Amino acid sequence: MTEAPVRDQLRGRLGDSIGRPDGVAKVQGSFEFSGDLTADGFLWGATLRSPHPHARIVRIDLSGAWRISGVEAVVTADDVPGKATYGLISDDQPVFARDVVRYVGEPVAAVAADHPDTCRRALAAIVVEYELLAPLTDPERAIDGSHEPIHPLGNVVRHQRIVRGDQTIEGPVVVEGTYHLGMQDQAFLGLEAALAVPDPGSDGVELFVATQWLHEDRKQIAACLGFAEEKVRLTLGGVGGAFGAREDISLQVHACLLALRTSRPVRMAYGREESFLGHVHRHPCTVFMRHHAHPDGRIRRIEARFVFDGGAYASTSSAVLINGITHAQGPYKCEHATVDGWAVRTNNLPCGAMRGFGVVQACFAHEGQMDKLAAAVGLDPVEIRLLNAMETGDTLITGQVIENVAPVARCITETAALPLPSEPVGGHDGDPLRLPGGSGLTADRSHIRRGIGWGVAIKNLMYSEAFDDYSTARVRLIDGVASVKFATSEVGQGFVTIAGQIARSVLGVDEVIIEPIDTSVGSAGSTSASRQTWMSGGAVDGACRLVRERLFERVGAANDIDPLRLAIDGTDVVDTEGTLRVPVVEASAGDPIDETFEHHHRPTEDLDENGQGNCHTAFAFVAHRAVVDVDPELGLVKVVQIATAQDVGRALNPLSVVGQIEGGIAQGLGLAVMEEIILVDGHVRNASFTDYLLPTFLDMPDVVISLIEEPDPMAPLGAKGVGEPPTISSTPAVVAAIRDALGKDLARVPVRPSDICL
Amino acid sequence: MADPMGHHEQYALHVNGHTLEVRDAWLGESLLYVLRERLGLMGSKGACEQGECGSCSVTVDGRLVCSCLVLAATAVGQQIVTIEGVAPVGSPSDVQQAFVDAGAVQCGFCTPGLIMAAHSLLERSPEPTEMEIREELSGNICRCTGYGRIIDAVQRVAVSRRDGGAR
Repeated sequence: MTEAPVRDQLRGRLGDSIGRPDGVAKVQGSFEFSGDLTADGFLWGATLRSPHPHARIVRIDLSGAWRISGVEAVVTADDVPGKATYGLISDDQPVFARDVVRYVGEPVAAVAADHPDTCRRALAAIVVEYELLAPLTDPERAIDGSHEPIHPLGNVVRHQRIVRGDQTIEGPVVVEGTYHLGMQDQAFLGLEAALAVPDPGSDGVELFVATQWLHEDRKQIAACLGFAEEKVRLTLGGVGGAFGAREDISLQVHACLLALRTSRPVRMAYGREESFLGHVHRHPCTVFMRHHAHPDGRIRRIEARFVFDGGAYASTSSAVLINGITHAQGPYKCEHATVDGWAVRTNNLPCGAMRGFGVVQACFAHEGQMDKLAAAVGLDPVEIRLLNAMETGDTLITGQVIENVAPVARCITETAALPLPSEPVGGHDGDPLRLPGGSGLTADRSHIRRGIGWGVAIKNLMYSEAFDDYSTARVRLIDGVASVKFATSEVGQGFVTIAGQIARSVLGVDEVIIEPIDTSVGSAGSTSASRQTWMSGGAVDGACRLVRERLFERVGAANDIDPLRLAIDGTDVVDTEGTLRVPVVEASAGDPIDETFEHHHRPTEDLDENGQGNCHTAFAFVAHRAVVDVDPELGLVKVVQIATAQDVGRALNPLSVVGQIEGGIAQGLGLAVMEEIILVDGHVRNASFTDYLLPTFLDMPDVVISLIEEPDPMAPLGAKGVGEPPTISSTPAVVAAIRDALGKDLARVPVRPSDICL
Repeated sequence: MADPMGHHEQYALHVNGHTLEVRDAWLGESLLYVLRERLGLMGSKGACEQGECGSCSVTVDGRLVCSCLVLAATAVGQQIVTIEGVAPVGSPSDVQQAFVDAGAVQCGFCTPGLIMAAHSLLERSPEPTEMEIREELSGNICRCTGYGRIIDAVQRVAVSRRDGGAR
């Protein structure tokens, strides 16, 4: 096992590996997740969903539900008082389907009742008569126009090209492939849940909910309820993981609507099957790529075509598409490009954000291509990647210049320097659990083949295309205690931990209070895009610096010293040119200093029709090397080790960074060898944890990690976001290792047993 | 709360050393539901409803079970221990503290179940090998951590107990 950084100090500063402030509550079971919240006199809410991928609603009869004792409300599209639809980028998704259902699981009605089983019986008693329509499930048919529009906005959500440089460049070395990725589920453990509490007279509502972005939720909810935004107050309910699946509205509007209807608090909580239907997923994607290279292996030009299946509603598909196509070159120099990208609408489950956000799809393709290119020119996987490695100052295929620290070559060489597993196939102890198939005891050790594979990635940080995803923080200092207020969703990533570390470091205090996370302060933007350390970290840092300026002014005035001479040393204010030393506790006694700061990243631009423009904010890089053992007869894979070196800028809390890296790799491994939502004609076949396989303790290998700390001058604290990169190139590394073990081309993930042995 | 199936069952459960009355219950309710919704013990979590994820782990007469798969009424007369019964609030057990210190907690939703499973493992096997930890805890799914820090936490407790640390 990798040695984790140890806890250095109880009251950690930046760079210390301290534990979480909510850690004790979480290990004792007293931390309140959104599904644990309750209120006097509450009702349960539940949702009726479409069983069909595409159908016209002919008739809805609610009378059966109303006849059940204990039912207090039954609502449909007719009961939505405000805007009928919502959505993150395009408001194309109905709160409840009115005339047409467009995917299996689309909400049609909701009930409120006194017991979950009363709800279940009430939903069963609602009669919906459907006229079935032909479902559009093939994304190519959405592009070629051969299926009639399934939505007034049409079947193409977005089409974007990237055309750069000399379009006539061909060869001399040419490699190509078509790659496919299945639909992955975020599978957070804490199911969707909320508590909605109506104001007296139902003149407003308070919602406690697990979400990634309180203010965006509030905007969408208020519009659908027909309320001004201030009538809707959101507080973050404890979040049991997110990974992108809580960026879109799920039960928020339904819960509020039921609470307002009944004038009683309403709890809603999805079950696991409903959760699979009730949130967006990672886009299934088909990528064609062709690389043209010099005989020595240097890339000359790439061609690519991406088709993202967005499912029935737009969600963030247009942004996922842009991430995919603008990362088509990977972390490699490339001057000429022809890329064509489509995000389309089908009657499959809606897709949107998941950790990696479009770049996972691009990376699986470009890394497959790099191995083909290496083979074509006689280099090994490390040599081809080092030969083409991008550097600071290089120009991307969008024309944007990489201004960030870009230690691509260092990521590769430091990963290569990490030790390979010393264990032979099956381990020294011959424990069958170490073999593919594990406790199934299926493997014949002598037949197992070992392989090694590589994946390297570039990932944009923060939002793109001219979006100002700022973050706000308010800091109050009194009596040596800093109170920090923000609306940043803590989903498990540990922002609450580093927020305290920032405040302690900047202000020289030991005690920090993290205020409740709610909409009574400005927006923090979304906990996504690896952005909160940079954005909300920047906001907390900025607010603390403003407070510190005021503190120095106060100390300066009291002691007749220029405040510019003052600094924080430990827990004291000190005069850098004299002997004055005043404890912060004393300097901040009695009279509070309160400051608010908004952190904005530098502006970005839209892409033009040729896909040119400075559309991204910043970039991070990572390399992965996977070692696998494969049973070629049964098609089973055991991942033995993953080594990684990641460009983190500066590790504000190394223990948290390690946790993000290991957790992200687990999700990348899952996509590589086990995780896929299987859809047949728009119907989900495996919406449970029995049938949708997630990596367990026995599936995860040893992870060996090297943190590359080159503080980025563009980042407020020098720290880059670390959440997404581990998920991105771990997948292609595992697949490359399987290819290496078998000598067989594998072009889709997850790799199934049949892909290996048939 | 009206009962959906027309039953009004009353029974008592022994939970964390206390005898707790369950009133007006439906016999179809799982132990997880009754613990959470009727007895207010929200520490046990439900994430899959089919015994795959281990988030709802409790012990019944010392045996580690998924409380989502146990009908509450069948646990009458047995000693049930939930996460709330592991240690007093504010005084975490050695396993609980090790999870915090080792970075084994991120979102924390799987954590109560894992704490129950880790305590159970260490009772049965005070110095488990890494492979034993992996196998014994493989009924508990964690989506955040990739498991590495959890294994580290369990190993830290084993070492500390061997060296005479307090539980």
